Amino acid sequence: MNQYQLTKLAKRVGFYALIAVVMVYAIFPFYYAVITSLKPSSELFRVDFWLSTVDFGNYVHIFTQKSFVRAIINSIVISLSVVFIALLLGITASYALGRVRFRGRTTVMLVILGVSMFPQVAVLSGLFEVIRGLGLYNNPAGLILSYTIFTLPFTVWVLTTFMKQLPLELEEAAIMDGATPWVTITKVFLPLMWPAMATTGLLAFIAAWNEFLFALTFTLTDDQRTVPVAIALISGGSQHELPWGPIMAASVTVTVPLVILVMIFQKRIVSGLTAGAVKG
Amino acid sequence: MTTPATQGAPRAVRSPQAGYRGTKVRRQRVRAAWLFLLPMLVALALVAGWPLLRTFYFSFTDASLSDTAGAAFIGIENYLVFEDGAWYGLLTDPVWWTSVWNTLYFSIVSVSLEVVFGIIVALLLNAEFKGRMLVRAAVLIPWAIPTIVSAKMWAWMLNDQFGIINHLLMAVGIIDSPIAWTASASYSMWAVIMVDVWKTIPFVALLVLAALQMLPKDCYEAAEVDGIHPVRVFFRVTLPLITPALLVAVIFRLLDALRVFDVIYVLTSNSTSTMTMSIYARQQLVEFQDVGYGSAASTMLFLIIALAVVIYLYLGRRQLGVDQ
Repeated sequence: MNQYQLTKLAKRVGFYALIAVVMVYAIFPFYYAVITSLKPSSELFRVDFWLSTVDFGNYVHIFTQKSFVRAIINSIVISLSVVFIALLLGITASYALGRVRFRGRTTVMLVILGVSMFPQVAVLSGLFEVIRGLGLYNNPAGLILSYTIFTLPFTVWVLTTFMKQLPLELEEAAIMDGATPWVTITKVFLPLMWPAMATTGLLAFIAAWNEFLFALTFTLTDDQRTVPVAIALISGGSQHELPWGPIMAASVTVTVPLVILVMIFQKRIVSGLTAGAVKG
Repeated sequence: MTTPATQGAPRAVRSPQAGYRGTKVRRQRVRAAWLFLLPMLVALALVAGWPLLRTFYFSFTDASLSDTAGAAFIGIENYLVFEDGAWYGLLTDPVWWTSVWNTLYFSIVSVSLEVVFGIIVALLLNAEFKGRMLVRAAVLIPWAIPTIVSAKMWAWMLNDQFGIINHLLMAVGIIDSPIAWTASASYSMWAVIMVDVWKTIPFVALLVLAALQMLPKDCYEAAEVDGIHPVRVFFRVTLPLITPALLVAVIFRLLDALRVFDVIYVLTSNSTSTMTMSIYARQQLVEFQDVGYGSAASTMLFLIIALAVVIYLYLGRRQLGVDQ
């Protein structure tokens, strides 16, 4: 081997070593949580890098707790409702913003952008009052309502970007045939917007599934909580005796669906994120 | 953006709408547009506009959590008041100023680290190699994991007695005795930054990667022909070209970091050494039930973030594509 080939080989090895470091860094914390959750409690405090025995005791423990199962159901119901509402309001709004020129359009876009940059805590006391006033305190409906503050601006923004890219001829033809705007949306644009809606819906779902501050503040009892709050509030006898086994089992349970979604839809998620941020 | 006439004129060739101006179809479309926007605007007013105004108002009252309706107007006493020969209020509270400093420190350090590592990961993923899709999917995992869960996972790994990180560091010989990462005042901020950086590198990396993939290939071919060192090519060609995407990523991350709440609440709860503005405001609002004082803190946080947004909108209007 001559000098040139050696440097080339060294570069290749270095490159793959870096890739390996990145992979381990990205995956290891999750892998370690999976391992911890599958250990019997007697082995919990021994550091292991792989499993010698598999024990589902921690999973049995959390799934026999009614409040955790309830929290999962709450999270699913809330996230799906949030996605549905965000897409419904988002598709009509994005048609108006993406296809029609009218005075005040820029202002509306800037307002949406402004809301998406809101610190949640800035509306906390006002929103608390609204939710209590509507009788939705300690109720999933209150969370569904409050989550529109971060899902709606983002959904509208990304869908508008996609809506603008659709060819003009489609709409001209619809107008020529005398279609009303509502018919244009439902019959012409909706079928073409499915990929974009899947992307934004997925991102809205993940955002709602992961939300913590509102869920923590606007619910009170165990049976109304969402999963992130339920996990954050799992506690043991004292501050120093947290039941790490069940906590890790619960963490893995709520993360696995997300990891699977990410694996299947990674292309869509990437395009949605970059459309929302690069163009937004 | 002056009058509709100057705006419409150059577009008349491309846009069919301009041709319909003033016609029945045109009027119908504009009416429909506002009708379609209405539900969204109502929803945003209900969950964002009105609550924000109420928060501003509460900050000038003595409202408490159990009784927000019976709040009395007390002027700026929540912010600053002179009583019995001493100043009181939010602006004189050392804990508030600590939390402001913590927030700024956290935001600047974590966003800088995320950008540096994000660029490195993006450059790696931009290279062509076998299994690239798999690596890209793996890199996305930290982003998808709920913040609460990642905070718990890291809290377990950083556990002072049984955590794997202390175990590894001691095995390698970097430290002699376990570090109380989340409890000690000197390390807890670093623990929080570590978790946040881990979780958000994917976001920055993906944005940078998207920008990298749109770069023209010929610059690089020319540089290679001229035998210019890759590092020099990166700083002279790549970095300037991806700067717009980088600025977008930075502002998104910065706004996110300034309102950080979840990760700190789970990792170190209300400890003063990591208290941020959001943690401070929520503690006043919910735990101490002092809606007036907490709203004053929220209002200050909002003003700080609004200032950042205004500066950004002013500087970055062109890249936003809002007023094309």
